[in-house]
Amino acid sequence: MSATGVATAPRKKRGRRASGGKGEARFAFLLLLPAALVVFGVVLYPVARTFVISLFAVDSPLPGSYAFVGLSNYTRVFHDPAFYSVLGNTLYFTLVSTGAELALGIAVALLLNAPLRARWFWRSLVVLPWALPTIVNGALWRWIYNGQYGALNGLLGALHVSSTPVQWLGSPFLALNMVIFADVWKNTSIVVFFILAGLQTIPADLYESARIDGASAWAAFWRLTLPLLAPSIAVVLVLRTIEAFKVFDIIYVMTGGGPASGTQTVAFYTYLQAFSNQLFGYGAALAYLIVLAVFGLAMVYLRMLRQGQMAGVE
Amino acid sequence: MSLSETSQRLEVVGTGPTRRVVLTVGGGLGLAAFLAACGVSGGGGTSGGAGSGKGTIRALVMKQAGYSEADIRKMTGSFQAANPDIKVTLDFVAYEALHDKTVAAAPAGTYDVVLIDVIWPAEFGTKKIIADVSSKWPASWKEQMLGGAIATPQYQSHFYGVPWILDTKYLFFNAAHLAKAKVDASQLDTWDGVLKAARALKTNGVTKYPLVWSWQQAEALICDYATLLGAFGGTFLDGSGKPAFQNGGGVQALEFMHQSITDGLTNPTSTQSLEEDVRRVFSAGQASMAMNWTYMFGMANDPKESQVSGHVEVLQTPSGPGGRPGVNGSMALALSAESKNQDAAWKYITYLTGQPVQNKFALSSLPVWKSSYDDPEVVKTNPAVVKQAKKQLADLILRPQVKNYNAISQVLQTEIQNALLGKKPAQQALNDAADKTAPLLAT
Repeated sequence: MSATGVATAPRKKRGRRASGGKGEARFAFLLLLPAALVVFGVVLYPVARTFVISLFAVDSPLPGSYAFVGLSNYTRVFHDPAFYSVLGNTLYFTLVSTGAELALGIAVALLLNAPLRARWFWRSLVVLPWALPTIVNGALWRWIYNGQYGALNGLLGALHVSSTPVQWLGSPFLALNMVIFADVWKNTSIVVFFILAGLQTIPADLYESARIDGASAWAAFWRLTLPLLAPSIAVVLVLRTIEAFKVFDIIYVMTGGGPASGTQTVAFYTYLQAFSNQLFGYGAALAYLIVLAVFGLAMVYLRMLRQGQMAGVE
Repeated sequence: MSLSETSQRLEVVGTGPTRRVVLTVGGGLGLAAFLAACGVSGGGGTSGGAGSGKGTIRALVMKQAGYSEADIRKMTGSFQAANPDIKVTLDFVAYEALHDKTVAAAPAGTYDVVLIDVIWPAEFGTKKIIADVSSKWPASWKEQMLGGAIATPQYQSHFYGVPWILDTKYLFFNAAHLAKAKVDASQLDTWDGVLKAARALKTNGVTKYPLVWSWQQAEALICDYATLLGAFGGTFLDGSGKPAFQNGGGVQALEFMHQSITDGLTNPTSTQSLEEDVRRVFSAGQASMAMNWTYMFGMANDPKESQVSGHVEVLQTPSGPGGRPGVNGSMALALSAESKNQDAAWKYITYLTGQPVQNKFALSSLPVWKSSYDDPEVVKTNPAVVKQAKKQLADLILRPQVKNYNAISQVLQTEIQNALLGKKPAQQALNDAADKTAPLLAT
């Protein structure tokens, strides 16, 4: 190939790209348009609309003239003592439920990754709680915890552990923990499946090498399994933290936010303000703060994941 | 086409224009979304209309106390038979979802008819979610309906619906339990007597917790508190519309409630119970006395639903130092302001609230019409309740008729529960509630 040929060939290609590119770009635009319209309708417009509403004193679901209040709905949030109370509940819920789900999820996934008899059966069984709709799960646990005729008190009585019925949902802190337990019961399944998928990507010969090098099972777990599971853990942490921070439905069904508002979370409080009290502007500001918090959390986790991957590459 | 040409074409589509297209489309749509979302003013006012008086209408009703789902379907069926040009679609929700669903559905005008609680006309009426039907109210209705019923859809002399479920809470008791503990039912005429009876029932081992209430953090709690507040001579608000529940009778009522828990007379599950939980516990024979709405009498005496059927009796709520007012727990059918078929919807409302239909289903909910209480057919459906209702419905206490009622109720619920759970003394809980609700009442 001559030097000239090498020099001219790209020019020809650029010409073809320029003429053919326009048509292809138009074609690509048309292909993208339906999806873009859907995104516009169900994501972009509501997001933008919610932000606009948060700048006005909207106190009715109907269109009308509402006063522009700027950022005062946002500043009001930080002067609202009830907000700090529900934020505390939300952070506790998020931390404890995500931590418990992760710890249990890893333990169960390790078990299900071991050569068990009828492993397929156990794996299918684990998915059951996750398959239950949250509303059903909430109603189920509300019955189990009932202080008068609940199954949990019945079990404790039958085992002679306690003859006095416990009011599981009768005090704020205990109720919050019992709701967390119900959430953990349901959502550990999804953690198990993420971790199980991660475990199956770890080559068996790594464990063989570790064993030959004299590593104990515990050391292999800490030095080999856990670091190699980091990407799966990061993904599941992002998902579960976001879901836990936004928790609403299980609270709505199990406690209605009580007793004494002890199980109210930020999402539940937002719902009350927006729909029960018709403070749509204030509710929109609260919703935006939730979105920002969740976005911040996701960024932190994804940065951690990226750093973990970079470290893995090195 | 060579492999290198193919990869170059893919490169053209894959990285160059596509990114530009995506950014252009995304950015444009983002900008469009923001611009479209800008401004929260719209047409203002409502876009509802009378319609043709025919066609399909949709109603939002409750699947809980009062008329059962089967009752409402039967009534609707007979309405459709009488009005073949109108088809009614019914949506049933729990009471707890009724308010929020009405609000969420309002802009779209999803419902033509909505069931409203006595505490909502101020909020829904002033926000034009439901239509002002004062001009449609015949003058005769004001003479023919009971006072508590007329007050139900009324706010500042305007009518925002037609009363349909006329209800208050009664005291139900298990006569067999009382006989076992040798307690005379006449003792239940006062709240002091109720506590004495409860102690006797507990001491004799008839029931571990003789009383059960609906004291979950919900409106049900405020209904029970309102009854006791009235009995102890308290009021929610003073003459100038400021909080007054933190004084005198309001505090005594809450102390009474808390004391009944600490004395082991009230079932501790009460703080997590709604009316249906109360009915279940009472119907299982695990409580001897309970306050509940009219519907419990029929269900607790139904052998399919209850283990204590035949032993359940009903009384007017006991008296205290301030009298014995019952809580007004009535509900009304309202026209959605956004309904495009208001004439047909009004026909449906007037049919369901009409005396013949109400008389027919009196076992589930007593009629709003005065003369029904002298109709032997009505009395026959529910003689025990009608006897008490004649007295109880003449003396009802209203919860505050204010625009921000829900926000005020939420504060009260939390603070009352703080007192019931022993986290705060009653006086402090109510003082805190008064401090928090005063600004809400002022707006």
